[in-house]
Amino acid sequence: MEVAAGGGCGAGPPLLLSESEQQCYSELFARCAGAASGGPGPGPPEATRVAPSTATAAAGPVADLFRASQLPPETLHQITELCGAKRVGYFGPTQFYVALKLIAAAQSGLPVRTESIKCELPLPRFVMSKSDAEIRFGNAAELHGKKIQIPYLTTEKNSLKRMDDEDKQQETQSPTMSPLASPPSSPPHYQRVSLSHGYSKLRSGTEQMQPASYEARQPIGQPEGSSSEGPGSKPLRRQASLIRSFSVERELQDNSTNYPDEPWRITEEQREYYVNQFRSLQPDPSSFISGSVAKNFFTKSKLSIPELSYIWELSDADCDGALTLPEFCAAFHLIVARKNGYPLPEGLPPTLQPEYLQAAFPKSKWECAIFDSYSESMPANQQPCDLNRMETSVKDMADFPVPTQDATTGDDKQALKSTINEPLPKDTSEDTATSKDCNSLKARPRSRSYSSTSIEETMKRGEDPPTPPPRPQKTHSRASSLDLNKVFQPSVPATNSGLLPPPPALPPRPCQTQSEPVSEADLHPQLNRAPSQAAESSPAKKDAPHAQPPSKPIRRKFRTENQTTESQEPAAAVGGAAPTTMVKPHPTVQKQSSKQKKAIQTAIRKNKEANAVLARLNSELQQQLKEVHQERIALENQLEQLRPVTVL
Amino acid sequence: MAVCIAVIAKENYPLYIRSTPTEDELKFHYMVHTSLDVVDEKISAMGKALVDQRELYLGLLYPTEDYKVYGYVTNSKVKFVMVVDSSNTALRDNEIRSMFRKLHNSYTDVMCNPFYNPGDRIQSRAFDNMVTSMMIQVC
Repeated sequence: MEVAAGGGCGAGPPLLLSESEQQCYSELFARCAGAASGGPGPGPPEATRVAPSTATAAAGPVADLFRASQLPPETLHQITELCGAKRVGYFGPTQFYVALKLIAAAQSGLPVRTESIKCELPLPRFVMSKSDAEIRFGNAAELHGKKIQIPYLTTEKNSLKRMDDEDKQQETQSPTMSPLASPPSSPPHYQRVSLSHGYSKLRSGTEQMQPASYEARQPIGQPEGSSSEGPGSKPLRRQASLIRSFSVERELQDNSTNYPDEPWRITEEQREYYVNQFRSLQPDPSSFISGSVAKNFFTKSKLSIPELSYIWELSDADCDGALTLPEFCAAFHLIVARKNGYPLPEGLPPTLQPEYLQAAFPKSKWECAIFDSYSESMPANQQPCDLNRMETSVKDMADFPVPTQDATTGDDKQALKSTINEPLPKDTSEDTATSKDCNSLKARPRSRSYSSTSIEETMKRGEDPPTPPPRPQKTHSRASSLDLNKVFQPSVPATNSGLLPPPPALPPRPCQTQSEPVSEADLHPQLNRAPSQAAESSPAKKDAPHAQPPSKPIRRKFRTENQTTESQEPAAAVGGAAPTTMVKPHPTVQKQSSKQKKAIQTAIRKNKEANAVLARLNSELQQQLKEVHQERIALENQLEQLRPVTVL
Repeated sequence: MAVCIAVIAKENYPLYIRSTPTEDELKFHYMVHTSLDVVDEKISAMGKALVDQRELYLGLLYPTEDYKVYGYVTNSKVKFVMVVDSSNTALRDNEIRSMFRKLHNSYTDVMCNPFYNPGDRIQSRAFDNMVTSMMIQVC
C-alpha cells in the first residue's frame, strides 16, 4: 500500500511504515474491509458509520480490532480522533494505518500523539484467539474468508459467553456465576454489539449448547436457529483450566443437530474423552466401574460431597452402585457442567440417559450387541450380594413403561425374573410406576431381597459358631456339681465314672504348706469318684481360701447350672456332667457317647498335664523335705555342741 | 398416608426423620424415640430364633389415642418407624407393609451411592421425594 501521510485528513507528518508494518497493516485493513458487510447493529460510539466503500474498513470490524488491542476506550477514542477517521467519517487506508500505528504506540506506552508515530514502533498487538496470531504476522496467503471469520468466531464466542452469562443470570438467576467470572481473553462485554453482524457469519457447524442463549438470540433477529457453541467451548476450556487432574486438552467444536437440552449434550470430543477416562479406570468398556473407584475419581473434581452424591443419584440409573459406560459419561458430563456453573437438573436430562447415549453414538465402542450381552450378563457380573438378594419389589419390572429402546433391560428383566421365583404383590406396582415416571431407566430391576442376604447369613453363622467342645472339668469336678449332686442320685454319676476319669486336682501352691494336706484330701475324693457331699464339701470349703480353686468351682457351678437351664443345648457341652443331663435327655444318649469319647480324650490330656504338675510338685516337696531334714540335723548338732558337756 | 416417617440407625440415632409440618414436630420425634424401646423389645423377643426367620416387618408397635406407630427392622438393625393417623382407618396392614418395602428400597438406593457414608444423615433427593409421596398430603 502507499506510504501515505495523513495529508488529507490533516493527521500531521507523513507516516512512515516499515516493511513488516506495511504488510501487517495492509492485511488488517484488507481484513477489516473485506469482512465487514453491513452489520445491522449499531456501531461503536467512536467509530461512525462508514460509507459502504470497498476502500474503507467498516466500523464494526475496525472497532473489534481496536478493542482487541486491549487498550482502554479513552485511548481508542483518542486514536480514532487523531487518525482522522472521525473527521472524514470513515476509516480509509491512511486513517487505518495511522490508527494502527497509534495503537502500537499506545501499547508501547507512548502517549497517543501524532508525534509518537514518527518513531519506530513494534507492531500493534491485537489480542485475539491464537488463530489470529498467524494472521497478524504476515500470512497474506491465508487471508481468506474462512480465516476472516475466525476472529469473529472467537470474539463472538467470547461475546456469546458474556451474553450467555447474562442470559443465564436473568433466566436462571443462578448464584453460581462466579466460576464464570474469570473473563475470557477477549474484548470486554460491549463486544456484544458486534454480535449481530458476527452472527451472519456463523451459520454452519456450531453446536447448540444453551437454550437460554438460543432464545435470547431470537430477539436479536437471527433468522436461523443456529447457535454458537460458546457454552460448549466454555466448558471445554474450563476443563483445561480448572480440572487439571482431568488433563483435558483444548477441544474443538463440533457439529450437532438442533436439540433443546443444549448444556446436557455430550459432544463427540467430550464423549471420546469420557470413554478414555473410563478406560483408564476400567479397561473393558462394556463392563462397569465400581462405586469406590468412581468415588475416588470423581472426588478429584473437587465438588462437594452432597453434590457428587446427587450427581451419582442422577446418573446411576439402575442404582446398582456401579457405573456403566453411558452412566459414567452422564455423570462425568454432569460434573463438568456443574464445574462450569450450571445448576444440577432435577432429573436426568433425556440426552444423558443411558439409552440415549447409547443410541446417539452408535459408532462408538459401545454396540448395542455388546450392551445387550452386557446387560444380560449383568446379573452374573454383578456382585453376589445383588443377585442373592431377591427382592419382592422386583415386581416393578412388570409394570414399568419400558421404552422400546430398552429391549436390553427388558431382556435383563426377563432373565432376572426367571431367576427370581417369588410372588409379586401387585399392590405397590402402581406406586412404583408412578414414582419412577421421571426416570424410566429405573425399569432396570433391582434384584434385591430383604429376607436376608447370603452374605449376611454366612456372617451371622460365623458370628454364632458351633458350640465349643465341652470342657470335661466342668462336668465332673468335685465341687462343681455340688448342688446338682444333692438333687440327683449319686448312682448316676457312678455309672459315668467309668467313662469319664476324674479331673485333676488343683495343684496347691507350694508356698502354702497347709495346702498340702488339703490337696491330698482333695485328691482322694476325686480319685474315689465318690462324690459324697461331705467329701466334696470339705475340699470345697478348704478350697475357699485358695485363690485358684474357688474360681474353678464357681465357674463349674455356673456352667452346670447353665447346662441344666438350657436343656436344648447340645449335650456335648453337658457331656458327662452330667449326670443331670444324662438323666433328662434320653434320646441324646447316642450323641453323648460320641461326645463322651471326646470328653474322655480331653480328660486324659488334662490328667496327663496334672500328672506332670503333680510330679514336679512332688519333687519340689521332696527337695524341701531333704533340706528340712538337713537343717534339723544341723540344728541338733549345734544343740549338742552348745549343751554343756555335763553328760555324766 | 403416614404422618411421620423416621429412619433410625443401628445405634439408635436418627438418620432421617420427617413429619408433616402442620403438627408439632417435637411430639412426633418423641413418639419415635419412645417407640424404639418397643422395637428393641420385639427384636429381642424374636432374637432366640435364627435371625433368618425373623420377620422384618414388626407390625403395630403401639397405638395411642390419635396415632398408631408401625415398625420395621432391616437385617442391619436399621429401623424404620412410621406414625399414621388413627383416624385413617382405611390403611390396611398390607399397605403399611408396602410402604415399608418402598422405604427399604429407597434406603438401599441411598446405600448404593458411594458418596454416602453409612451413619450419615440421609440427604438424597430421591429418598426425599419418595417419602413425600408417602406422607399425608396436607393442604
